Amino acid sequence: MKLAIEGFHKAFESRIRLGIMSALSVNEKLSFNELKEYLDLTDGNLASHIKALEKDGFIDVNKSFVGRKPLTSYFITKEGIAAFDSHLKALENLIKSQTK
Amino acid sequence: MKQEKDYIQDIAAIRSMMERTSKFLSLAGWAGIMAGVYALVGAWVAYQMFNFNPSEIFYSTTALVPLISLATAVLFITLGTAIFLSAKKAKQRNEKIWNATSKQMLTSMCIPLIVGGLVILILISKGLIGLMAPFTLVFYGLAMYNASKFTYAEIKILGLLEVALGLIGIYFIEYGLLCWAIGFGILHIVTGVYLHYKYER
Repeated sequence: MKLAIEGFHKAFESRIRLGIMSALSVNEKLSFNELKEYLDLTDGNLASHIKALEKDGFIDVNKSFVGRKPLTSYFITKEGIAAFDSHLKALENLIKSQTK
Repeated sequence: MKQEKDYIQDIAAIRSMMERTSKFLSLAGWAGIMAGVYALVGAWVAYQMFNFNPSEIFYSTTALVPLISLATAVLFITLGTAIFLSAKKAKQRNEKIWNATSKQMLTSMCIPLIVGGLVILILISKGLIGLMAPFTLVFYGLAMYNASKFTYAEIKILGLLEVALGLIGIYFIEYGLLCWAIGFGILHIVTGVYLHYKYER
């Protein structure tokens, strides 16, 4: 099957990364544990996907303290929103081209 | 290379993740139905047994203490049932009841509910008993309106209707208890049945 691959981002080939982006696109920020719970992943697995997205500049980290406990939360960057948007557009175009 | 059906599944995954992380959808329809039933029983007890049906803003009743105990009991039984049924539904949906979205939903309800509770205490202390029932409707409605952002959109309509009933009850004091019974009783049952049939079957 031949597909129009314009706009599809390689980083979003993985459904876990897609999930992280989806969750962060509708939330101002989410903590590591919240993401872990939503995606049902192990610490190591989630950390590696987060690292990849951070390296691409799609998400960023915010470290703060709640009392004495460190709280790591993640948020989507402008580049992340743009990349995720164009990925969604590409998916939309794919659907459109199928229904024609 | 991904296949076409993979991309279709991607879309489904995106949609479900956005929904799961932004809305608390484990709110059980039965919780609404039971809340409505408790409220109707409570209103009936207040009316029949304590003879409570204020006709003016300043209203004196000899049964103030039992009335407040009754209201508190109804509140806690309702909360208990709602938490129990929603926890059950959350378990079925493989979700935790205490997660980021339920936290957001509860925080958005907090301010109107706490302010409302304080207003009611002030009303009692000033003897403005006739305003108690309609004011609970107004503040509860505002809380629901706020919370609707983080759960089913239908809750927004429920909130607005509660506020409207509260305002009617404030204007027509003699219908205050009736408005309360409609708002907390009938509307909860209708909403609960609707949510149950639309989302749980």
